[in-house]
Parts: sequence; structure tokens; C-alpha cells
Amino acid sequence: MREKRLLLNKIILLLSTLSAIAGMLFLAWILITLFLKGIGSISLSVFTKDLVNGGLKNLIFGQFVMAGLATLIGVPLGVMAGIYLREYGRGRYVNLIRDLSDIMMSAPSIVIGAFVFAFMVVPMGGINGWAGAVALAIMLVPIVVSTTDNMLSLVPKELREAGIALGGGKYRVILDIILRAAKVGLMTGILLAFARIIGETAPLLFTSGTNSFWTTNLNDAFPSLTVSIYNLANFPTDKARDLAWAASFILTVIVLIINLLGRYIIRQRKRK
Amino acid sequence: MLNKEFIFKRVAFLSATLILFILIGIFTMLFLQAKPAMQKYGAHFLVEKSWNKTITIKDTNPPKVTKVVKKKKETSASDNDDALFSDDTPVLPGDNEDMQSDDTNAAPVKTDTIFGGYIPIVGTILSSLIAMVFALPLALGIAIFLSEIAPGFLIKPVGISIELLAAIPSIIYGMWGLFYFAPIVQNIFGGSQISLLTAGLVLGVMILPFMAAITRDSMNTTPDVLKESAYALGATKFEVVKDVIFPYAKVGIIGSIILSLGRALGETMAVAFLIGSVFKLPLKLTDPTVSIPVVLANNFGEANDLMMSSLYYLALILFVFSFFVIGFAKFYFLKGRR
Repeated sequence: MREKRLLLNKIILLLSTLSAIAGMLFLAWILITLFLKGIGSISLSVFTKDLVNGGLKNLIFGQFVMAGLATLIGVPLGVMAGIYLREYGRGRYVNLIRDLSDIMMSAPSIVIGAFVFAFMVVPMGGINGWAGAVALAIMLVPIVVSTTDNMLSLVPKELREAGIALGGGKYRVILDIILRAAKVGLMTGILLAFARIIGETAPLLFTSGTNSFWTTNLNDAFPSLTVSIYNLANFPTDKARDLAWAASFILTVIVLIINLLGRYIIRQRKRK
Repeated sequence: MLNKEFIFKRVAFLSATLILFILIGIFTMLFLQAKPAMQKYGAHFLVEKSWNKTITIKDTNPPKVTKVVKKKKETSASDNDDALFSDDTPVLPGDNEDMQSDDTNAAPVKTDTIFGGYIPIVGTILSSLIAMVFALPLALGIAIFLSEIAPGFLIKPVGISIELLAAIPSIIYGMWGLFYFAPIVQNIFGGSQISLLTAGLVLGVMILPFMAAITRDSMNTTPDVLKESAYALGATKFEVVKDVIFPYAKVGIIGSIILSLGRALGETMAVAFLIGSVFKLPLKLTDPTVSIPVVLANNFGEANDLMMSSLYYLALILFVFSFFVIGFAKFYFLKGRR
């Protein structure tokens, strides 16, 4: 009896450990593949030429511009909404918004693309950079709301009370004391949210599309690194595929660096 | 002073309300765009297997009946103008002569295009289920490892690796899956590289870190006192997991699993590379098929009118379905979890 229990325990522990190893192996496999294929395809011209000449310069630029615009649109909205949920709102309405925001965070990104297509692309007469930025902003807002909500909940009540006692208006207390206290956490959350949307493809497919040429005109089809990876990977030539691998490598490096940076900031704060 | 306070609060309130408006806006927009297809096909859309299939519609009367009617007419209206019956069939305006040549009865025909969502709906559900079957045991294993087994110095690096796996964009999973994972799946299971099975497995690898992370969080809610009591009674680690942690965190774990399913249903890019975009019901797991997000991704560009409306019908189905799956997980199982 005892033997059997111990044996079963050992088997399950072994299987669990193997699952963890399998998870790590998948990560290693993907990263090593990306590294080997990416390094082989990357040259300086990838960063100095546009897609039309066999480079990725305009695509990287375009992806950052759209994700940056989405952040400019989405962060103020998300932070303000989070402030309302945590500092002002009471009761049912707040819970409803909180739950809806959580659901929106997991909503299919392709559906958000379809929505923005009907909402912006059709009225504006064609795919354009603004629509891509708005689609990404819609993805970003619920993430920022959730981060703000969580970070503000960590600010001790005493700070609020002390602020009110100083006689400032509530909004002064929020801006000068609470947001300042939650600053590091908020920045980290926004950084991670940015890392999440910069790798998105589905919401951009039929909102911004992509563009082979250098452009800063957001009213036209706008270059997107991720959409171009999809197109290039389906292209039958080796050259296109190599470029797709180079783009995938660059994208992953960007996303992982931003992620690790965010985690590093959190750790620094905890150490204090 | 008071005025600024008022404006600040108002702006905060409007920002929060915007979330409600965006969701209502998405639903309304999808509904309005889907309306023509909904009116035309109704609920039959859900079980119709054809997509973009041109069919010929015969005249309202079946051919045999028309002949009888014709004969009757001929006998009864013999005195009438011959010109009326000079043509054997009353050709409708805009009819295509070529279309009729197949029809032995040469009955009057119109063409119509049929769109149905059955195959993408089945493809979406099947690929998500394969992903769940593949990811669930691994995710549980990883969660158990991280919360109970791993020695202190391993918890952090393994945890971070799992979270980095979750941060990798889905298009990267697509690239890796198509060029490196699919050939291996083909070697093991046969069939084609592009198939329901490969799509489901890559989807499984993709939701694995998410599922493992939130399952671990659920398991970590178990109070240490409960676990320590069980250990003190001589329970093995497995028994603590099975008899203390699972019963305690059951609701959270089930919620995490359903939430992962909700994520899998709407995943586009990883599946788009691998499922094949073929409108055919898969007879085997290794057959290619299509899922709702992939239909949207690949057809939105060149669609118009009825096809566009049918695509929005599919988008609406996906949106509502995943809304309820995620909502169910959140409200029923993960309530109060922040």
C-alpha cells in the first residue's frame, strides 16, 4: 500500500517535471529556430532599405508608428477609466465595466479588425494607418484599465487620507500623490501592454494592410511588419521567406526585450 | 478649483463608459453588417456546408408541372396569339444561356450564391478542442511543478520562461509551426503538413503558457496551512495536490481552463498558417479545413456584398460565442479574482 502510494507520487512528480521541461523545450526550440534563421537572413541592408528594395526599414518604422499612436490614444483613456473604477466609482456600474473590460481583453482580435473595418476603413474609402492605430488602441485600452486598476489598489489608504487632509481637491490627490505612488507599476504595465500590441497581426490585416514603400502618410495603406511577415511567408520564393524570418526575428527580439525590461523594472522596485 | 475637480471626474467617468460603448459598438456594427446575410439565410447558415457556391434555382414550378401546365395552356388557349408560346420556355431577363444547357428540362433558371458557416464553425471548435486536449495535461503539469515541486532557485527562471512563451506574437508561432513543427507532425501522423491536427497542436503550444500561468495562480491561492496540515499527516506531494489543492482551487482551475478555451477560439494567425483554408469538412484529423478567424483573415480583402455580409455573420457568431465562453469563465468561476 505504502509502496504504491510512493510510486504513484513519483510517477506524477516525474510527469509534472517533464511537462515543465517540455514547456521550456518549446520556448528554446522557437527561439533557437528564430535565431538561426534570423541571423542568417539579417544584414545591414535589412535596416536601411524598404520592403520594395528587399529591406524592412519602412515596416519596422510603420509598426512602431501604429503601436505608438495606439499607445498615445489608448493610455490616457485606459488610465482615466482605471482611475474612475478605483477612485470614484461605486457599486454595480463599476463592476460591470470591470467585467466587460476583462472580457474585452480576451476578445478575438480579428473581430476587432472587422469592427474597425466597418467603422473606419469603409467610411474613409480604403485601408489606412489611422484605422490600424485605432484597432490596436482598442486592444490596448482594456489591458491598461486592468493594470491601472490593480496598481492603484496597491496604494495604501493612508496616503489618500493624508492627501485629503492636506486640503487639496480629490483630483489633486489622485494626480500628485496616488498616480505618483503607482508610477513604476503603471509604467511597467504600459510597457507590457505595448509589447503585446506591437506583435499583433490580426487587427491590422484589413485596417492598415501593409505597404512596400516608405510612407509617413497615415491616410494611406501603412507599412506593417507583422502583416508583411504573413504575406512574405506565403510567397513562394526563398528570398521572401528569408526576409520573413529576418522580420520574425526582429519582431521577437523587440517584444522580448520590452518584456524583460518591464520585468526588470518590477524587480528593481521590489528590491527597494 | 471645484470646476477642475468636476471636469476630471467627468473625464474619468466618460473613459470608463467608453469601454461599454466600444463593446456595444462592436456588437451593433457586426450585427448591422451581418444583417443581409442573416435575413437571407437565417439560422440555416449555421448548418449550411457550402461556401460561395453558385447554384441554379429552377422556376418556382418544378419542370414536370410546367409541362402539364403548358399542355393545358396549349389546349385551352389554342386560339391565342401563337407568339406567346413560340418559345418553349419563358426566359427570365438576365438569364445565362450556358447555365441552362445542363438542364435536361431546360427549365428557367436563376443563379444564386450560397454561403454557410458550418465548416468554419466546426473547424474552429475542433481546432480549439485539439489544442485543449494537447495543452491541458502539460499546463496542469507545469502548474503543479511551479507551485509544489520546483526547488526555490528554479521557480523564477521556469516561471519567466513560461511567461515569455506567452509573450511571443502569434504570427511567430505560425512561422515556426509551418516550417518546423508541421513536418514533424506529418512524419508521426501522416497526412498533409497543413491540417486540422497541426493547427490544433500549434494552437495548443500557444495557449499552453497562458493556461499554465493562470492555473498556477489559481493553485497558489490554496492556504499554506491546509497543505502543511496534509503533509504533517504523511501525505505525499501528489496526494496534497490531488486531495487538498485541487478541491480547494477547483473553481479557479476550471475557470482558467475555460478562459484558455475562449482565447483559443479567437486565435487567428497561428491557425491561419496551418489549417489550410479549405472549405471541406475534415474526415480525418490530418485533413485540412478552415476556422472562423482564418476565413475572415483570408477573405476580407476581396469580399463584397453578400460575401462580406456572410463574413460579418461569422464574425458576429465568433464574437458572441467567445464573449459567452469568457464571460462564463469570469463570472461563474473567477468571480472576485483580480
